Amino acid sequence: MSTIGRVSEARAGWAMSSPALAAIALFFVLPAVASLVLSFTDFDIYALADIGNLRFVGFQNYERLIGNPLFWKAVTNTLLFVGFGVPLIVTLSLFAAMLVNSRWLKWRPVWRVALFAPYVTTLVATAVVWRYLLHTRYGLVNYLLSLFGIAPIDWLGDPHASLPAILIFVGWKTFGYNMIIFLAALQTVPRELDEAARIDGAGWFTRLRHVTLPAIAPTVLLVSVLTVAGMFQLFAEPYVMTQGGPAQSTVTILYFMYEEGFKWWNLGSGAAVAFLLFLCILAVTLVQLRLAKRSGAI
Amino acid sequence: MSLRRWSVTLLAAFVALLTIAPLLWMLSVSFMARGEASQFPPPLLPSDPSLDNYRMLFGSFGIGRFLLNSLLISTLATVLALLFTIPAGYAFAKLRFKGRDATFRLLVAALVVPGQIGMLPLFLELKAMGLVNSYAGALVPWLAGIFGIFLVRQYCLSIPDEMLEAARIDGASEAQILRRIVLPILTPIIVTLALFVFLGSWNDFMWPLIILADQDLYTLPVALAAMSRQHVQDNELMMAGAVVTTLPVLILFLALQRFYLTGLLTGSVKG
Repeated sequence: MSTIGRVSEARAGWAMSSPALAAIALFFVLPAVASLVLSFTDFDIYALADIGNLRFVGFQNYERLIGNPLFWKAVTNTLLFVGFGVPLIVTLSLFAAMLVNSRWLKWRPVWRVALFAPYVTTLVATAVVWRYLLHTRYGLVNYLLSLFGIAPIDWLGDPHASLPAILIFVGWKTFGYNMIIFLAALQTVPRELDEAARIDGAGWFTRLRHVTLPAIAPTVLLVSVLTVAGMFQLFAEPYVMTQGGPAQSTVTILYFMYEEGFKWWNLGSGAAVAFLLFLCILAVTLVQLRLAKRSGAI
Repeated sequence: MSLRRWSVTLLAAFVALLTIAPLLWMLSVSFMARGEASQFPPPLLPSDPSLDNYRMLFGSFGIGRFLLNSLLISTLATVLALLFTIPAGYAFAKLRFKGRDATFRLLVAALVVPGQIGMLPLFLELKAMGLVNSYAGALVPWLAGIFGIFLVRQYCLSIPDEMLEAARIDGASEAQILRRIVLPILTPIIVTLALFVFLGSWNDFMWPLIILADQDLYTLPVALAAMSRQHVQDNELMMAGAVVTTLPVLILFLALQRFYLTGLLTGSVKG
């Protein structure tokens, strides 16, 4: 190939990738880096009006956050969402995938699309719908429970029920996505393996534990990492359904960041929250990858 | 065997019904008269179906304006994202230039960083550029779509180099090769990517909430969230609002689900 051809190819390569790279640098990398810088300043409503009021304050924002009970409440709530939500959603998605993957199932595409549908709906719209489904007096959920003799639950008004209520909604909304990923992995597990175990007299649960799960372990990890990241990013759910309440029981880290930044205009402190959130997500992802390596999953 | 076949199918049908029940109920309540859904036990079907709630939404609530805003922002976001992403994805897959692989590795590493991290500085940046409270401000995050570049690149890797070389020997310029040879091959992934961006920008809530202060510019989710805080008691009206907000994307997904689901797998199960 001629040198001129090489040069024009390289030039075209840069010309085609540079608009996207410029946009990424300007609207993604720069803000992410600026977030760290901003977190060491006292950027607030006065600095917003006149940048001359801006001062560097070192770690003051972080120190103040550590002393702020609402911040800790947000961290605890988010960890509760991760701790309860991830096992719940991963299990739910896996069972849904196994059901749709069953060899005895008729009309598979119909069920697959029905189970996936909630994932593509508009979050705010379905959050509004679920707020009514979970209504204490008129909600369908409490009506169904009443058929089993369970007294009405004040889902969105009781600090102990609000977090499970949002988890039910998030689970409903997202399990279809994970199900599709699991489904792709399950299809790579050879049917003969499962069949052989069945002939040997292994029950359903034994086959799940000793045949299916080891075969799809990397996918379980991938789905867990994605779900953890999703749980750290809950915002619209509490915003629409509970506004962080009752008694701040559904304030998540991102909700706290939004209020710090755009309700009270403490942008410096909000940026510190954002940076801590990033460190959390990074840490969890790294820990999960390490665990997977040690157990030989990947 | 036949019994097993039917019991599995019946179980799947039951789970599927349970899953879409909230959506069916939303649709049903949206046709009910005011106050009809506030009974116990909750009625499943409207006793006298009417379009009154929709009339009220498009009349006194002016939801048509928000619908247009959403349509405009999502369409522009899709077009811009495609314009920025497709050439970049192709270049990273097929054109040899210095620093290509190192740059791409950085982009993949950046996929771990959630966009919300930079939201506060991005707001300040756009404020300095005079883009706060404008359609342009709402569009900006969709220009920086690393995931889209990744998706297009994966797909381009399967294009044989000989095909591009042959075109070069025939004297085609790099831009012509992209337009005449590569784009037609990319059609399926372009549909997938367009669908992702359209649905993503339509459903997006946090960024439009931050950047759009003027009510005239609100997208449907932002308007619906504001309405739901003011009209907590109007179940039927809110359900109609939810239908208007979510039905367009639901229909779009159902029509193009094949493209959506294959793209989802290319994106998540990385090679």
